[in-house]
Amino acid sequence: MATSFRLRIVTPARQLLDEDVEEVTAPGAAGEFGVLPDHIAFLTVLAPGRLIYKSGGKRHVLAIFGGYAEVADNVMTVLADGAEPVEEIDAQRAERELRDAEAKLAGLDAAAPDVALLRRVVEQSTARLAATSERV
Amino acid sequence: MASLKAIRKRITSVRSTQQITKAMKMVAAAKLRRAQDAVVQGRAFGEKLREVVSNLAAEPSLREHRLVKPRTAESPRVLLVVLTADRGLCGAFNASIIRQSEVFVARQRENASLVVVGRKGFDYYKKRATPIRSHYVNVGVLPLSEIVRAMTTRALTLFGDEEVDEIYLLYSQFRSALSQVATIERLLPIEAPAEVENPREYLFEPDRDAVIENLLPRYVEVKILQALLESIASEHGARMTAMDSATKNASDMIERLTLEMNRARQATITKELMEIVGGAEALRG
Repeated sequence: MATSFRLRIVTPARQLLDEDVEEVTAPGAAGEFGVLPDHIAFLTVLAPGRLIYKSGGKRHVLAIFGGYAEVADNVMTVLADGAEPVEEIDAQRAERELRDAEAKLAGLDAAAPDVALLRRVVEQSTARLAATSERV
Repeated sequence: MASLKAIRKRITSVRSTQQITKAMKMVAAAKLRRAQDAVVQGRAFGEKLREVVSNLAAEPSLREHRLVKPRTAESPRVLLVVLTADRGLCGAFNASIIRQSEVFVARQRENASLVVVGRKGFDYYKKRATPIRSHYVNVGVLPLSEIVRAMTTRALTLFGDEEVDEIYLLYSQFRSALSQVATIERLLPIEAPAEVENPREYLFEPDRDAVIENLLPRYVEVKILQALLESIASEHGARMTAMDSATKNASDMIERLTLEMNRARQATITKELMEIVGGAEALRG
């Protein structure tokens, strides 16, 4: 029985992580889920949110902005639309962006062209904040 | 022989042109480095995503999916997405893409329509008969992800509403700074990757069809993103190469003109000397 498995996090912009980890908690579209070594082959859609992994007994937190997670043969591949380690996140900025975007959204009707963009800002800022609230 | 003054002026002009081409080359080289990284990263991501789709290729709900299943139209209406640059001075970059697109359009005749990216392609096609369904310019100015999203939505809508039956992407594939290859790829219907030997039996969440439903449009989006990244890197590569040879040509030209200038100067001096000697001779006479 394996005690660790490989976690790879890839985004279109960068290969963020390729490391042996003991445990991962990720934001699935149907709710948060955990992955331990020898997990069954698994494919899921990810929601924007925080991803936590443990490697060498240390907890690491990232914000991810949606994507997919595949688990197979003790390799978990996260194909994220975007991802940021919590160390790179400026919580105050995220909060400010979230407030701005929400304020703008409130003043627009649903068909306005900027709505989709603003919704993404809201999602991303929320994911960033979720990650920073987990700082250890 | 041109006058000394004219040649001097010419040299100054060539020299300042050379300064511009040299600067452009340096800028292109810097941008190329960044664009190249993006291409490599994007390829890794695309590769992974393709792997996931390959594992699902045997699933009937993928094979029969509306974005995958080929249409059986008698003469399919074809959309070509042409990726050009906004700016010129990048060698044969735009010309070779446009040439390829002309060949493609000529083969499809009136069944063809276009989506054009980049001002160069748009300027070329706006005066021509082939209808343009959408165009995107100022690609370098807007955030890339926004253009990719807009293009993906547009492509999926055109395809979904059966405005067109097939969509192809024409872009310049980045090999190296010296080599970019115009490539045509089918975007929609998605070419289901070859089935893998022993596809994995996944557990799906929320469920298989929901995952596939989510995955396929994303696959299209990533393909468009990748094509754009390749095209941008190619553009910078082509510009760097073109500006490098322009700089070299300017050096050659300056060298030749300098030679000519010295010769002209020598001739003037000789002439003046002769006149002085001639004058002195005459006085003594």
